[in-house]
Amino acid sequence: MSHHIVEATDVRYAYSDGTSALNGVSFRITHGEAVAIVGANGAGKSTLLGHLVGWLSPSSGTIRIGDTILTQQTLAIIRRTVGMVFQEPDDQLFMPTVFEDVAFGPVNMGLPHDQVHARVASALATVGMEHLAHRPPYHLSGGEKRAVAIATVLAMSPDILVMDEPSSGLDPRARRRLIALLMSFEHTRIIATHDLDLALELCPRTIVLHKGQVAADGPTAKLLTDPAVLEPCGLEKPLSLQGCPVCAATGRQS
Amino acid sequence: MHMADALISPLVGGAMWAAAACVTLYSTRKMQRSVDERRVPLMGVLGAFVFAAQMINFTIPGTGSSGHLGGGLLLTILLGPPAAFITIASILTVQALFFADGGLLALGCNIINMGLFPCFVVYPLLYRPLAGKKPTGGRRMLAAIVGAVVGLQLGALGVVTEAMMSGASDLPFSKFLMLMQPIHLAIGLVEGLVTASVVGFLARVRPEVLDQIPSAAEGRRGIQPVVVGMLVAAVVTAGLVSWFASTHPDGLEWAIARSTGHVSLPPPIDPVHNAAKHVQEKTAILPAYDLPMQERPTATELDDKSARNAWGIPSVGTSVAGLAGGAASLVLAMGVAWVFRPRRATDSASQ
Amino acid sequence: MANIHVKAAEIGWLERLASRDTPLGRVDPRVKLITTLAFIVTVLSYGKYQIAALLPLAVYPLVLMVMGDVPARFLIRKLLIASPFAIFVGLFNPLLDRQPVLTLGSYPIAGGWVSYAAILLRFVLTVSAALAMMAGTGIYNICRGMERLGVPSVFTVQVLLLYRYLFVLMDEGLRMVRARALRSAGNRGMGLRVYGAMLGSLLLRTLDRAQRVHVAMCCRGFDGHVRTIQSLRLRGGDVVFLVGWLGLFVMLRLVDVAGLLGALLTGAGR
Repeated sequence: MSHHIVEATDVRYAYSDGTSALNGVSFRITHGEAVAIVGANGAGKSTLLGHLVGWLSPSSGTIRIGDTILTQQTLAIIRRTVGMVFQEPDDQLFMPTVFEDVAFGPVNMGLPHDQVHARVASALATVGMEHLAHRPPYHLSGGEKRAVAIATVLAMSPDILVMDEPSSGLDPRARRRLIALLMSFEHTRIIATHDLDLALELCPRTIVLHKGQVAADGPTAKLLTDPAVLEPCGLEKPLSLQGCPVCAATGRQS
Repeated sequence: MHMADALISPLVGGAMWAAAACVTLYSTRKMQRSVDERRVPLMGVLGAFVFAAQMINFTIPGTGSSGHLGGGLLLTILLGPPAAFITIASILTVQALFFADGGLLALGCNIINMGLFPCFVVYPLLYRPLAGKKPTGGRRMLAAIVGAVVGLQLGALGVVTEAMMSGASDLPFSKFLMLMQPIHLAIGLVEGLVTASVVGFLARVRPEVLDQIPSAAEGRRGIQPVVVGMLVAAVVTAGLVSWFASTHPDGLEWAIARSTGHVSLPPPIDPVHNAAKHVQEKTAILPAYDLPMQERPTATELDDKSARNAWGIPSVGTSVAGLAGGAASLVLAMGVAWVFRPRRATDSASQ
Repeated sequence: MANIHVKAAEIGWLERLASRDTPLGRVDPRVKLITTLAFIVTVLSYGKYQIAALLPLAVYPLVLMVMGDVPARFLIRKLLIASPFAIFVGLFNPLLDRQPVLTLGSYPIAGGWVSYAAILLRFVLTVSAALAMMAGTGIYNICRGMERLGVPSVFTVQVLLLYRYLFVLMDEGLRMVRARALRSAGNRGMGLRVYGAMLGSLLLRTLDRAQRVHVAMCCRGFDGHVRTIQSLRLRGGDVVFLVGWLGLFVMLRLVDVAGLLGALLTGAGR
């Protein structure tokens, strides 16, 4: 299927103060792929994600989602296709209850009430948060907030999920649950993250950004084990692939 | 300074509600006409900012006391009058509901005192002309201080007028004003300084924020809602007062007695004439409050009055019975409440 | 600053109370709003020297408290920290109005004290009724009720958004205050320059957050209007609640229950 393709062609972007954040980024992501976007702070990850949902528009170059080129006119269609999960759930959960928040998108899509209810129920069930439906979002735990934020996006049944740092601020168990959840999805997934272990587990493919350019694009297992790729970009091997200092010490003693 | 429910009469509260409702409707219409939907989250988050900002105190030089931001003028500078008015009204609503600052009936008074004046009087008539199109630091400081001081003085005047019209306080108008105005002068100076320094910071660090304000066109016609609000308040007060006076002379008796010095009202012969007279007395209340204390009713007059009024002011002879009855009815009320208690009373007791 | 922190905690408490399932919570919010306003108007319609006649009205906040299972100590604390304006202004009454209007035994009581007591009583009644209603309803339902009563949704949405980000921004502000306090050796107060910059930074963060929230809204089809889908339906119990209380207020206003009871108790007929 061609309509879930995400394609960036020579995308450039400079902020109003003149700082250039993207210097010619090109890639093509096909249907059902899970792609990690990694890079040091300031490499341009968040700027790139901003382009994928159209809250930033490129100074030059194009973004294409399926057969549609992203412009001011196509924004509404694009935003139905691409669901974005923000880094900070508090920015995303602005309605007074979890239920209303998850319903916000479907209601705006003009769906009848019974369908809205059905979508909210199924989205909350997918992330396992049905029991929180009538709670105010502020008092949820970090992991719960993240799960609900994902549900708000799922309720719009997008084809493509874009996530900014989904594992930041989560405790180990909540992170583990999140990874399992994301594994179970069949959407095209684009995940910007510093959590290279998450990238390794979740995404067969990785795009490494450095100074607003694609420094490497290829299989995650290969790129994230290659010091020649990682070091110039200010990255390190995933912790799970680094030697365990404790085990190594015990090994030497015996 | 929040007006409290306990200090206002239903008439004043109702009139101010009507006035606040009119200005709110006017502002929402204005906002719906402009297409800038970015303002929806901006207003909500800025309203929350005002709460958060009030947590941070600074030291007033030379006094050892501390001050903080009120926020009315700052919101107007950032959002423009209609949006700022709605934001201030929502702040006051949350304060009334959660903190018991003010009250539900006094909400109208508070929205008029703290919203209408900064947004629709001070900002278009003082701040903008004084600050000019491209304000320098000094001009902005001047405009903010003048604006904040005048805004707070108007608000204080509103509080005093509303309290006087309601008749709950015994303070004469002039003394009440003398008490409120200096306090609000100090608060206004602080507010102006803070507003100017925050706006100055924004102008240095992120000037484009101040350029985006969608208020230029809206600010010019700012006086219109004030006139509308005031007119509504006046008409509703007059209407309610005359209705109340013609159907229920007892309720106003003490207020009129205090304002005119006469306790007994002439029997209502002609309701229209009577109503007009009450309106006239109401409008003439303010100078009358400056009169010295000897104009107040004497004890005997009060006694006469309570003798006529079955459940008005208790006369000396029945006051013990009255208080005992009050206590007994309070006990009764508690008893009724106890009957209504939920079944799982054990749960609530353990909380 | 500690004060505001306490207030933030109090809001949390109020909202937790409101989130429970109580008989009061099941009453339609519109009905509760109208009844409470009618109650406040009734309380305020009494004369300035009337105390005894007001006391029977305490039945409304008390019944709300038990129906909403609102702990008394919560209401008392809120009453104590509530705005002292009425208490302050009323304080002048005893100084100015020294005409005795009442005697207890042979001891005359000045009108100022009586009217001050009446102000305090009105304060307690109106504030406790409003708080008990809030604790049994919650901000979300109140806003839904207001909307259905004709309040423009532009306004109710603002109340909800403000409430939503209140906690978030208070936390942010508090972190800044702590960060400054940790690095300001000693406990010298904050000067205006630092204060302006600090408030300005908080404001910038706020503006950034507003932008992110806006983007998040747009990503989910926001077009300038926030729609809610929950509907309210008036049930039989709601009508009984409304009519019953309004009738009782009118009755209490017309019949001096306290006076009658007092006459009965002391045998002092008129």
